[in-house]
Amino acid sequence: MTLTGPATVSMGEPSETGRFGDFGGRYVPESLVPACAEVESAFRSAWSDPQFVARYRGLLADYAGRPTPVTECHRLSAELGVRVLLKREDLTHTGSHKINNVIGQGLLTVAMGKKRVIAETGAGQHGVATATAAALLGLDCVIYMGEVDTHRQELNVFRMRLLGAEVVPVRSGSRTLKDAVNEAMRAWVSEVETTHYCIGSVMGPHPFPWMVRELQRVIGDEAREQCRALLGGADPDLVVACVGGGSNAAGTFAGFVGTSARLVGVEAAGGAAVGRGAPGVLHGMRSLLLQDEAGQILEAESISAGLDYPGIGPEHAYLAGTGRAVYADAGDEEVLEALSLLARTEGIIPALEPAHALAWLVRAARDGTVPGGSTVLLTMSGRGDKDAGQVMELIGDRLDARLAAKS
Amino acid sequence: MSAAAGAVGRGVPLEAALRARRDAGAKLLVTYMTAGLTEDWVDYLQVMVEAGADAVEVGLPFSDPVMDGPTIQEASVRALARGVTPEAALSALAVREQPVPLVAMTYYNLVLRAGLERFAARAAAAGVTGAIIPDIPLEESGPWEDAAADAGVATVLLAAPVTSDERLAVLCRRSRGFVYGVNLMGVTGERSSLAGSAGVLAKRLKAVTDLPVVMGFGISTPQQAVEAAAAADGVVVASALMRAVLDGASVVELGAAVADIRRALDRG
Ligand SMILES: Cc1ncc(COP(=O)(O)O)c(C=O)c1O
Repeated sequence: MTLTGPATVSMGEPSETGRFGDFGGRYVPESLVPACAEVESAFRSAWSDPQFVARYRGLLADYAGRPTPVTECHRLSAELGVRVLLKREDLTHTGSHKINNVIGQGLLTVAMGKKRVIAETGAGQHGVATATAAALLGLDCVIYMGEVDTHRQELNVFRMRLLGAEVVPVRSGSRTLKDAVNEAMRAWVSEVETTHYCIGSVMGPHPFPWMVRELQRVIGDEAREQCRALLGGADPDLVVACVGGGSNAAGTFAGFVGTSARLVGVEAAGGAAVGRGAPGVLHGMRSLLLQDEAGQILEAESISAGLDYPGIGPEHAYLAGTGRAVYADAGDEEVLEALSLLARTEGIIPALEPAHALAWLVRAARDGTVPGGSTVLLTMSGRGDKDAGQVMELIGDRLDARLAAKS
Repeated sequence: MSAAAGAVGRGVPLEAALRARRDAGAKLLVTYMTAGLTEDWVDYLQVMVEAGADAVEVGLPFSDPVMDGPTIQEASVRALARGVTPEAALSALAVREQPVPLVAMTYYNLVLRAGLERFAARAAAAGVTGAIIPDIPLEESGPWEDAAADAGVATVLLAAPVTSDERLAVLCRRSRGFVYGVNLMGVTGERSSLAGSAGVLAKRLKAVTDLPVVMGFGISTPQQAVEAAAAADGVVVASALMRAVLDGASVVELGAAVADIRRALDRG
């Protein structure tokens, strides 16, 4: 894999029809066309309204705890031979970057005069974040979650309910994230007058991929300046983030697309839409999708509920096509190893999703894909608390053995 | 317009057939059958035609049917589990010629994956003369409409209760075969009563188009069919029939259910 790409691609507005190159668009039933148009015009005016932006920035600062720091990982860097900097989205309120998006869309819901939000969730992080923003802003909230994920992420289900949201287990299809999106879209069609669909990643029909990237670009904009302060005005050589739908990666890349940094998105090996997908239409967008010969969507498979998505945001499909960003993947086993490594060397337990980005970096540093001495900014999109139970089941024995060998 | 305009396949041209029935004073009955739902699914389709359907929608099942409620989702899952593919479904249709138009109802990804021209040509060769693809709105459906027209397949567009007058006019101008009025804001599936929005949309459509106006979504009983057809030219009945098949109705029993709706519509 080569990591070079032209620096001429920008991450600006999509075309009038919501396209990034050939990808994106608005493939929704006629019933949802007016609602998408309403969200687009509301976001356009809000995003250029200094008062709205000030409210959004104010809540990110005083409520969500921004700016998040960039942490230099001295011990991990020594181990890998590359200089690793982490953008600490795990330190935000609710523990992941998802809060940046939901505060923006929550305020937009209020601005549109709606009193209710619905959302899909995989790992539960977006569900928890949406329920949090709904509680903060006094909105009713219903979260659609695949039944399989409600079991994998029991604690997050309880959190959402504690926050006043209703959690609807989705029993159709593969009972994971893609089915939760289907069910949320079905619900939105019948509730569209009163309800905003708070999509959790840079996916869905226009304007969502663009809007969510704009609401997440705070990650990259902060990180770029923080890196420059740390690196004497220089930019990192490499910027790495995990990709489910791709919101933390898009927000991160937006801050660095104009620099010389090489951009790398890391998908779960069992959900690698760039690596193994083909162009298609799902959930309102044309993008790269895991699908069979006939066009039936395949189920992604990963230990990480947050990356269990058979597609990728359309702007990532575009960036991949231009070569400005490259997309790799990481398998379950190396992810668990990387998670333990960061915990032991830096005292940071990552969520399984960003552990994918880390796993790729560990491999790429060791096999020379990333040259020794490179500087790498990696977005630590969330903290590992939500996954602790699952990780204990997966590697608890191994940990016991390691400790026994030491004593 | 010439009845055979654009017809290159061997199926019955959709618009001409529906206009002829309407002009003869009948209310139109369009039924729906999920392809591959059972081994003998073509027999179910056949009995719908024999019991008085004026056209049949053939659902080509998709893994992620976002405009469908629990019944058609269940039918799709079952058909997919039986291994049906768009290709196999169309081949099965091609074996038996039908005296009424067949309309493929599916989602865009299956069409894109095959290729627009290829999909349209295959459908036409199987005797399909119409297509309904609910996840491509006006802004995205142009390329498919062109490919379909070249193959002699009419693209039926859907109008919703929230569609503005301006969009409604464009939609009626571009729709072929008939205009599909979506009765309610929601997905397909049986409902205990007809949505109030149905009559309003039917009247708005009739005011701006001479194409047959057929209303669908949620029509579950002969009585509801009569009500929904009142301000329109006809109705689509889908989930209620698929519910019956899912619950084990035989071919004869399904024929009787369709005949009940036919009789109710004919009585008015
Ligand atoms: C911590 C964390 N990172 C990443 C993701 C993946 O989402 P995205 O690719 O939109 O950033 C999730 C999704 O649940 C998550 O919880």
